[in-house]
Amino acid sequence: MTSPDPALIDLHALRLDDARALLGHAGSTTLPEPDATPAAYLQSVIDGLCELSLKDPLTGLANRRHFRAVLAREIDIVARSGNSALLLMLDIDHFKKINDTHGHLAGDKVLQEVARCVTSCVRPPDTVARYGGEEFAVVLPDCQVSYGEAVAERIRQSLAALSIPVSPVLNLQITMSIGGAFAPVWVRSTADLWTERADTQLYRAKAEGRNRVCLDHQQVISVSAEEKSLLFGPLTMGEPAWIESVSNEATDSAMQRLN
Amino acid sequence: MSDVIPPQNTPPAPPVPLKPLGKVMAITSGKGGVGKTFVSANLAAALAKRGHRVLVLDADLGLANLDVVLNLYPKTTLHDVFTGKAKLEEAIIKAPGGFSVLLAGSGMVEYSRLTPEVRDDFIRIMESLVPKYDVVLLDTGAGISDVVLFAVSLASEVLLVATPEPTSLTDAYATIKVLVGQQKRQNIRMIINQTARLGDGRAITVQLQQVLDRFVPGEPGRPVRLVHMGDIPADPAVRQAIMRRQLLMQTTPSCPAGLAMAQLAIKIEETVIPKTA
Repeated sequence: MTSPDPALIDLHALRLDDARALLGHAGSTTLPEPDATPAAYLQSVIDGLCELSLKDPLTGLANRRHFRAVLAREIDIVARSGNSALLLMLDIDHFKKINDTHGHLAGDKVLQEVARCVTSCVRPPDTVARYGGEEFAVVLPDCQVSYGEAVAERIRQSLAALSIPVSPVLNLQITMSIGGAFAPVWVRSTADLWTERADTQLYRAKAEGRNRVCLDHQQVISVSAEEKSLLFGPLTMGEPAWIESVSNEATDSAMQRLN
Repeated sequence: MSDVIPPQNTPPAPPVPLKPLGKVMAITSGKGGVGKTFVSANLAAALAKRGHRVLVLDADLGLANLDVVLNLYPKTTLHDVFTGKAKLEEAIIKAPGGFSVLLAGSGMVEYSRLTPEVRDDFIRIMESLVPKYDVVLLDTGAGISDVVLFAVSLASEVLLVATPEPTSLTDAYATIKVLVGQQKRQNIRMIINQTARLGDGRAITVQLQQVLDRFVPGEPGRPVRLVHMGDIPADPAVRQAIMRRQLLMQTTPSCPAGLAMAQLAIKIEETVIPKTA
């Protein structure tokens, strides 16, 4: 008994109509060419569905599922590489009032413009996500403190300068509160704890009067290449005589200090 | 790529309140597999042999290998205490070396989220346990995680286990830096495991100290100080004991590594355990 060769699956036997319709509705750019080979056709359907499952339909940003995956991967990278990363949580100030006063279509338009504006403020490898409702998140890998501070402030200012046309006669101004936390370098953490720390800063920004940036710097600790090289200067050189002379001398003086 | 700890305008609150309890020593390491649990278990046995009441606690919340090292599979664990299925006393069991153990149980992994409630429960449990023992050893997880940092924050003393391997030293150094930066630790005790020659461990501690002096100033007037607690020489008897899942202090206490453990116990006794009047 051998299992059927996967290459022999008949595309017509698969129920792909729903998936194709879904991709058509979403205006997917990866819709398969009619004359594609079966494998290429199936691949493009799968690619299209993957893309859909990671995107927020309204803004085109990464959705919450995608954001969680990026965050989990990033925290792992940070713990291994020692390069810090920044997570920003952003919330539109008084968004409910916009919805209540101007309607949900106006609210949607605001969300779309905010998404565009935030995306234009960050680097290509950064991930901008719609976290939910009027809350957004940005993950900035390999992010130094000074850069993180600058980019958060740039986002805040760009948003405050935005004039969003929600109808032919009405432009809206908005502000956002931004909270951020650097991933703990050299520390195995969890996406939940990282998010929690950024959220705490977001609440702080709200409590301190909104339209501001609050960052948690605390866990930025790193080990430079210079420190690393000094750590095993004599120990990895494999020169016993030299180690002994150095260690004896250094040990005595160091032990005097220690005791 | 030599970024430094940023100047902090406002002193941020620590992630968890540092609430060190006396007589509690966290045994930690930067890297996994350097013998942290081996040291915890055998140090506990060596201290017990000297007449102390010792408790070892799996402070990696279910991920420590204490149960494996001690060959213990208790029915009741810390997890049952957390879920209200058992009393704390029922989860504390006698280990072969004459000390007590509190295992977390695999179910504790779900608590690694460390919500304020879990922290409070854990602190409460620690506070009720500490008075009953002369010394409590916390076997923390490998690497530095939020759980490890929390466990260490409860300890008045930190014993850092490292081996002479470069990766172990880098991770030990990073751990020290995090402990100094986040918990304002001033003294960290060092034990170097698997040393090849006499004096290697001390040289490593001195080396780490010199790099710290240069890059990690610590608080003003409170420089970071490593205290070398000894070397554990590479010894085939260690591997034999581990493979048999027995304590070195029971199988071959007079082998070189066993003698080193006994010496470590004496030093811990002199410096960590409060003298009874």
